[in-house]
Amino acid sequence: MRQKALFIVPYALWIVLFVIAPLALIFYQSFFDLNSHFTLANYQDYLTSATYLKMTLNSVWYAALITVVTLVISYPTAYVLTQLENRQFWLLIVILPTWINLLLKTYAFIGLFSRTGSVNQFLQFMGLGSHQLLFTDASFMFVAAYIEIPFMVLPIFNALIEINPSLLNASKDLGATSWQTFRRIVLPLSMPGVKAGIQAVFIPSLSLFMITRLIGGNRVITLGTAIEEHFLTTQNWGMGSTIGVVLILAMFIVMFITGDSREKGGRH
Amino acid sequence: MGKNILEFKHVGKRYDENVVLRDINFGVEAGKFYTLLGPSGSGKTTILRIIAGFDQASSGEVLFDGQRINDVPANQRQVNTVFQDYALFPHMNVAENVAFGLQIKGVKKTVIQQRVKEALHLVRLDGYGERAITAMSGGQRQRVAIARAIVNRPKVLLLDEALSALDHKLRVDMQRELRQLQRQLGITFIFVTHDQEEALAMSDQIMIINDGRIQQTGTPVDIYDEPLNHFVADFIGESNIVPGVMKKDYVVNINGQDFECVDAGMKPNEKVEVVIRPEDLDITTVDKGELKATVDTQLFRGVDYQITAHDQREHEWKINSIHKTTVGAQVGIVFDPEDIHVMRYNESEEDFDARLDSYEEDED
Repeated sequence: MRQKALFIVPYALWIVLFVIAPLALIFYQSFFDLNSHFTLANYQDYLTSATYLKMTLNSVWYAALITVVTLVISYPTAYVLTQLENRQFWLLIVILPTWINLLLKTYAFIGLFSRTGSVNQFLQFMGLGSHQLLFTDASFMFVAAYIEIPFMVLPIFNALIEINPSLLNASKDLGATSWQTFRRIVLPLSMPGVKAGIQAVFIPSLSLFMITRLIGGNRVITLGTAIEEHFLTTQNWGMGSTIGVVLILAMFIVMFITGDSREKGGRH
Repeated sequence: MGKNILEFKHVGKRYDENVVLRDINFGVEAGKFYTLLGPSGSGKTTILRIIAGFDQASSGEVLFDGQRINDVPANQRQVNTVFQDYALFPHMNVAENVAFGLQIKGVKKTVIQQRVKEALHLVRLDGYGERAITAMSGGQRQRVAIARAIVNRPKVLLLDEALSALDHKLRVDMQRELRQLQRQLGITFIFVTHDQEEALAMSDQIMIINDGRIQQTGTPVDIYDEPLNHFVADFIGESNIVPGVMKKDYVVNINGQDFECVDAGMKPNEKVEVVIRPEDLDITTVDKGELKATVDTQLFRGVDYQITAHDQREHEWKINSIHKTTVGAQVGIVFDPEDIHVMRYNESEEDFDARLDSYEEDED
């Protein structure tokens, strides 16, 4: 039995080195100013500065927007996928883009959306003229949603496919129309998938910085951008860590809100 | 004879090349307990799904209360189903499950509460309304599924292998309860099962289905005592089926030996099959026996001994006897003329009934 305990060692090392230690370091760093003096000023700055608060709201707003757009596209997609005969194949097609490096995909969009890119060429061909597509909110939302969609589709698909088909027959048998069956049976039973999808999309979206820079042209400044700036440009690691702590807190709040609350009316 | 509430007229069902039902015809009277009995893959569940509206007949007509319902969607039919896996909604508690059908119909809240309470009382689940489905045992879930169906007061209740997931003791209890519930409510029950004991115990009428056809319809006693063909005789209960020749009315020849019987209406010297139930055979001494046989095995089953023996022509006989014997012993087998049931090859149900009527009238 003691030997089995050894198997946990690699994973434990991993957790300690790459999860717990970085978290502790970020927390520790957040209490130092530029001159390595212990201070609470970073938190004070964060909480009193209009810029940071605006940035936070911006992050939450855009993350929420990305999540909603992704959800609106992904739920029907996942639902249709479950109805198809070759659903595993089509699901693979949806998942496929996640295998390609994020940066590569982002650069591809720069090529597509630029002044001389394919999209503008097409618009000109159609006689609609050339437009500024890159560095707009719309293109930022488009690319962010494109990248996040598979992460939303997959958990919703899994939740939908798990629903026992005889439940749908039972609902119809009891007089429900297709719409009533969807609203009262399918939708509630797929909620765990929707929540998992929201977690998988909203939390990473809070700290997006690459897409905001490359596609959004830094017009959209989020907390992710701020952290990057503080660590790489202004070298204010203390402030960067403070924002990092705020982000981590935000993630915990989202996880708490979307957490599993499936115990329904049950007294065991 | 009441009016038929449900009727199948020449109903067929095929999936591409695969024929599941061939020319199914039957009528169902209101207020009775019907059982569709057959082995798996016989088409019995397909018949149920066509009644419920989950499947469409490829040909023929389905009539409900005299109206053609082939094209009526499942949610507009006045039937409810108890599913094999119960299909209870896991995100609702017991009362919400039972209330579902009434809520869909827009029944008033106070009325729903009252009817849910009544339905739970009928299945003896008073006070379980607030429980989660996951907190209920298999037998309790079964009752919830029944309550959820009967609360809608359907004209016909369909039960798909509804008891097959329960253990033996619970199943026997539920058989009795279901039968009682059916009498109490006066709803027509159509029960699908592959368990012949269950069918015999509960039904007013049994329809035996095999290979997409109805093999025989009748009361449990009719079907047990007068099986129409080899399949029915073999499927219902245990039986000894031996080839024979009908010498003339009331005399059948088995293995070169003439026996008196109670069957008639066949051609002289027609080849037939003879069924004798194991419990109708008795063990006696060799000199008193109609057949002589050697005992091969003997199993004690509590109520009786299950004995197998072979006769001089190496034909094996199953005998259920309350008398003990010994393996290897020479014994005689006795039976009465009434115990012999003669079956013609390829006789249709109509012909069978007509033949029975013809010579039973003669006797009167």
